[in-house]
Amino acid sequence: MTQSTINQICKLLEPFNTERKALTAETDISADLNIDSVAVMDFVMEVEDHFDIEIPLNVVSETRSIGDLAAVVEARTKKVLLP
Amino acid sequence: MIDLFDKHKGIEGRFARMLTLGVNALGLTNDRVISPTRAMINGRETILAGTNNYMGITLDADCIKAGQDAMAEFGTGTTGSRIANGSYALHVQLEAELAKFLKRKHCIVFTTGYQANLGMMSGLAGPKDTIFLDSDSHSSIYDGCTLSGAKLVRFRHNDAGDLDKRMARSEGEEGGRLVVIEGIYSMLGDRAPLRDFVELKKKHGFQLLSDEAHSFGVLGPNGRGLADEAGLEDDVDFVVGTFSKSVGAVGGFGAGNHPMFETLRYAMRPYMFTASSSPASVATSIAAVRKLAAEPERRAKLRANSARLFEGFKALGLDMGCDVASPVVAVKCADEISTITMWNALIEAGVYVNIALPPGTPNKLCLLRCSVSAAHDFDDIDRIIALFGRVVIAKAAA
Ligand SMILES: Cc1ncc(COP(=O)(O)O)c(C=O)c1O
Repeated sequence: MTQSTINQICKLLEPFNTERKALTAETDISADLNIDSVAVMDFVMEVEDHFDIEIPLNVVSETRSIGDLAAVVEARTKKVLLP
Repeated sequence: MIDLFDKHKGIEGRFARMLTLGVNALGLTNDRVISPTRAMINGRETILAGTNNYMGITLDADCIKAGQDAMAEFGTGTTGSRIANGSYALHVQLEAELAKFLKRKHCIVFTTGYQANLGMMSGLAGPKDTIFLDSDSHSSIYDGCTLSGAKLVRFRHNDAGDLDKRMARSEGEEGGRLVVIEGIYSMLGDRAPLRDFVELKKKHGFQLLSDEAHSFGVLGPNGRGLADEAGLEDDVDFVVGTFSKSVGAVGGFGAGNHPMFETLRYAMRPYMFTASSSPASVATSIAAVRKLAAEPERRAKLRANSARLFEGFKALGLDMGCDVASPVVAVKCADEISTITMWNALIEAGVYVNIALPPGTPNKLCLLRCSVSAAHDFDDIDRIIALFGRVVIAKAAA
């Protein structure tokens, strides 16, 4: 899992991180950032479009941390996008 | 030991804050029902503008009589599932009359609309299939999708171009594809751009389901919903609806023309493992569906009332949920606290509307949601507009 993927995800998460918490790979997207279930799905939609991949809701429900999501993104990105 | 209730501490705090701002908006009681548009609430006669009682049919004398007769003849409850002892002649008759009304070959009734969506999603799609659902879908659609075990892909609200892109991403996968939209979206009152989705069917080949919960009986020259209004019924494979709104009873249905549709009865757990609707509810639904067919003037009245409320709110400069008049007229508010405060002021002034807060709303919106009834008269509508003017505009100015 590359730092680049994590950084890109953190950037996409910014508009949803209304309490301006510090973000790391270990941050739990829903619990730590106090983001409700609908906002998590909206955020994942941004991630899907940014990386041009599909992340089904079934996968979202098993993804807790930013690191988990980065791993999903990398597994689903055919060619890893460089910043 | 970890207390199972620990996870609900956040809800408890949010609820407690609501109580400091006024009465319990989530536990309001109609102490007495005066008419489809009036009830006694907290000792005050209140105009009801958030009932989904679109046709105002709940106290119709013929529907009441039908329910009373059915209860006397068939009893208070069915004590069983449709696939065991709970199928009565009434259920079969309701399915036949609804199929005729909808111009569909098959119709299956459920105990609630919520279960209709659970049943249809899980009966149609399985673990190898993919369901593409609009991001603003009702919770019953989300829950039905989860129950199905299908792969779930959410597309941007009312955006067929976005769906096109997402379908392209999963091109070539095994399994069928079901796309789910709603006729009128329950929170913002906007309609699905059905023609765009129908166009996309030609490109991608999928089966299309429309939940007409808020549009059944309401939209279209025959009251069959959005597809009827748009003249695209042949392109919608499956229709879901509820009896809890325009029909004024309890229950729901799924309908379609597929030659194997009836096999769903043996594949839908929310149909099989619950008791069928009570005879009274089924009988009132039959009577009400007949009225939907025979009394188009109810739809015309509802349309006129909806347009009047919509235009009145627009003239006040309120920020509305969508830009076309529909029986759901939602007003966007600044934040949760001001929404709760305004809702309380409206209740004190004698008008009930729905309060809708995230995550029950799209895009974190806080809404005061009105639903219009054919049973409102223009004086009611004008009074609702005047009260919104007083309460909402005053709050915004404060
Ligand atoms: C879009 C939509 N679908 C389904 C339902 C469920 O209907 P019911 O109240 O009959 O369970 C509702 C309303 O509750 C709804 O708004």
